[in-house]
Amino acid sequence: MAVCVAVIAKENYPLYIRSVPTENELKFHYMVHTSLDVVDEKISAMGKALVDQRELYLGLLYPTEDYKVYGYVTNSRVKFVMVVDSSNTALRDNEIRSMFRKLHSSYTDVMCNPFYNPGDRIQSRAFDSMVTSMMIQVC
Amino acid sequence: MEGLTLSDAEQKYYADLFSYCDVDSTKKVAANGRVLELFRAAQLPHEVVVQIKELCGAKRLGYFGRSQFYIALKLVAVAQSGFPLRVESINTVKDLPLPRFVASKNEQESRHTASYSSDSENQGSYSGVIPPPPGRGQVKKGSVGHDTVQPRTSADQQEPVSPVVSPQQSPPTSPHTWRKHNRHPSGGNSERPLAGPGPFWSPFSETQPVSSAGDAVWAGHSPPPPQENWVSFADTPPTSALLAMHPASVQDQTTVRTVASATTANEIRRQSSSYDDPWKITDEQRQYYVNQFKTIQPDLNGFIPGSAAKEFFTKSKLPILELSHIWELSDFDKDGALTLDEFCAAFHLVVARKNGYDLPEKLPESLMPKLIDLEDSADVGDQPGEVGYSGSPAEAPPSKSPSMPSLNQTWPELNQSSEDTAIVHPVPIRMTPSKIHMQEMELKRAGSDHTNPTSPLLVKTSDLSEENKINSSVKFASGNTVDGYSSSDSFTSDPEQIGNNVTHQRSHSGTSPDNTAPPPPPPRPQPSHSRSSSLDMNRTFTVTTGQQQAGVVAHPPAVPPRPQPSQAPGPVVHRPVDADGLITHTSTSPQQIPEQPNFADFSQFEVFAASNVNEQQDDETEKHPEVSTVEKASDSASSLRVAKTDSKIEEKTAASAPTNVSKGTTPLAPPPKPVRRRLKSEDELRPEVDEHTQKTGVLAAVLASQPSIPRSVGKDKKAIQASIRRNKETNTVLARLNSELQQQLKDVLEERISLEVQLEQLRPFSHL
Repeated sequence: MAVCVAVIAKENYPLYIRSVPTENELKFHYMVHTSLDVVDEKISAMGKALVDQRELYLGLLYPTEDYKVYGYVTNSRVKFVMVVDSSNTALRDNEIRSMFRKLHSSYTDVMCNPFYNPGDRIQSRAFDSMVTSMMIQVC
Repeated sequence: MEGLTLSDAEQKYYADLFSYCDVDSTKKVAANGRVLELFRAAQLPHEVVVQIKELCGAKRLGYFGRSQFYIALKLVAVAQSGFPLRVESINTVKDLPLPRFVASKNEQESRHTASYSSDSENQGSYSGVIPPPPGRGQVKKGSVGHDTVQPRTSADQQEPVSPVVSPQQSPPTSPHTWRKHNRHPSGGNSERPLAGPGPFWSPFSETQPVSSAGDAVWAGHSPPPPQENWVSFADTPPTSALLAMHPASVQDQTTVRTVASATTANEIRRQSSSYDDPWKITDEQRQYYVNQFKTIQPDLNGFIPGSAAKEFFTKSKLPILELSHIWELSDFDKDGALTLDEFCAAFHLVVARKNGYDLPEKLPESLMPKLIDLEDSADVGDQPGEVGYSGSPAEAPPSKSPSMPSLNQTWPELNQSSEDTAIVHPVPIRMTPSKIHMQEMELKRAGSDHTNPTSPLLVKTSDLSEENKINSSVKFASGNTVDGYSSSDSFTSDPEQIGNNVTHQRSHSGTSPDNTAPPPPPPRPQPSHSRSSSLDMNRTFTVTTGQQQAGVVAHPPAVPPRPQPSQAPGPVVHRPVDADGLITHTSTSPQQIPEQPNFADFSQFEVFAASNVNEQQDDETEKHPEVSTVEKASDSASSLRVAKTDSKIEEKTAASAPTNVSKGTTPLAPPPKPVRRRLKSEDELRPEVDEHTQKTGVLAAVLASQPSIPRSVGKDKKAIQASIRRNKETNTVLARLNSELQQQLKDVLEERISLEVQLEQLRPFSHL
């Protein structure tokens, strides 16, 4: 359902990015990159308020002709960006939220691994499988 | 050939071996058969064996004499110890361990004896002799312990030999040491596991050179990585050369660990071969893991924090990525810490990986930590008799939330339970007619033939009526039905009447579905009481005639009587005077044929009453209005008849009811009207009176019983009897109503069933 999933570190470098194998995957990378600005904008909007009051789910960051980009930020400023196909109208907000929740929980599992150094690329197979499950097209 | 100096143990050992091989007792062992087998069991590379044979001079001689044999054995020991095969080494190597031979139980035993233990101590009782008892191995422990140290130093020399030969299957070797290791703590224990895998050793022995306690040989063999890793695990700085390089550590502990690791790896293989489960942890392995756990975390029920675990497993020199994956697999509850179970699983995975096994994508079941509830065995790691990982401690995750693993992982038990709970038991839908209903109907039919069964029938009827969700009226009807039936039964000794009742009931119930909500029986005026009953009977009778129940005898006659009504009233009127007429009436009452003409006689009067009746019978079916008139006529006639009979019995209209009836009867025309009306009103009040037969039966019963009533009945008695009769009639009416309603219910149920069947038939098509 998701076309591209990316995990961005606090310093705005990607920890994990994976897209549906299509031609021109760079396009997705670029979209994720540009979405970071929107994310930052949304974060700073309530920057004055406490982080707790900020909701983790950012919602639709920006739509394009073919795709929609959703964002999610953790309390440690780790961002999840998801690109979904616009033609997938069946995808509701709740589903996006649940997908982000799964991403977040898998990310925490990766963090719990003592062999994982924060800041490294995420190479966890469990994380990969979880993302794959999200990206499998339901048809 | 140089002189061979053997120690006492060696001497004995060799002698035993020679005797073992010397089957023919010829003091000369041919280079085949048992000797070959022995050499094969030595798990030495073939070249080494050839070299040994050459060295010992057997080649020259063509056979193994005792001395040659002894030399060969010594050379085997040398080779196993990792020393270069040289003739001089026979005597130069001090404290050479006894040669070890695999592929036999004895050997395994000896292996055990020569094994190390989880303790840092090196038992090293190698005696891999076939015959010698384990004790022999024990004797050699001390020597072996030292030997293990020595070979290591010269391990490098053996490197070139073993790596060439040894295949990539390292594990088999380690089990030997493992067994040795195991043997130490529990002498008898070790033999057990060996017995099983015994036969498996032969295939391994060929491929796996027996790795002596001297790690050199081992290192040369396929499982070089585990050994160094194990060594590294043993807190010794990892050596530079990971592969096929012996760790520099000379500690016994290291040795032990290395052996243990290799043994573990071999154990894994052994396990896999014997139990087809490569991930099962054996007792020895588990013991080792537990001990390792204790070094990090003394409390067996506690956790190993992630950092400590990371340090520990990093020593295994596995790539961080793989270690990370192992962690992911083994950290069951994802809390960043390892319990004993998780630690053992992780350790096991590391060992497996070291031995070349690929890491699984999912944690194997045998490695999954079990919940507390599932395991009764308090598996504390120190228990030597531990069954294995499968029996892993229930307390393993006591401090951890046991629910977490269940939530996160797929427990077989939990899965089953969840599946069970998730199963939605289908609610059966009754597609067949209600059994109760069927039974009731049957009982009804049966009840017609028997007097007694009516009660159960009635009871069932009442049940059905309740099912119908009809108000208490129905219940009342059912309740009265009981009485009605019984009364009818008591009254009617004529089974035919009963049959008529039943048939009529059936017909009525089926024909008058709209006759619902039988009103409570109105207080009948006494004179009209009998008449009403008779009227009802007639009405029901005609109704039944209108219905499809052709089987009822009484129905057809309903039509013909029409032309006779003019005559009927006359004779009917006159009949009461005549006792015989009464009797005849009584006798013919069930027939109802003679009655109808009488009834028909009132048709003209019925018209007036019928109009009233019709108005009041709006809710009735179409048939009913038509029939009702006839019914009314018939009922009135019957009631008249009854009244006549009553009057006759009463001699002279003593009771009010009979007097009314008689009044109604004598004038014929005018009196019947009011009487009829009253009767009709009563009939209307009893709209559900469909049980014409019942009425008929009741009437007949009444008529029949009346003669039995003693003549000497005073007015009171008459009144009582009249009231009784009234009540009974009411009962019968209600019973008839009840049966009719039940019939309706049955029909509706049948319709429902048919509809459901149709739906079911259509349903599959809907999915197309």
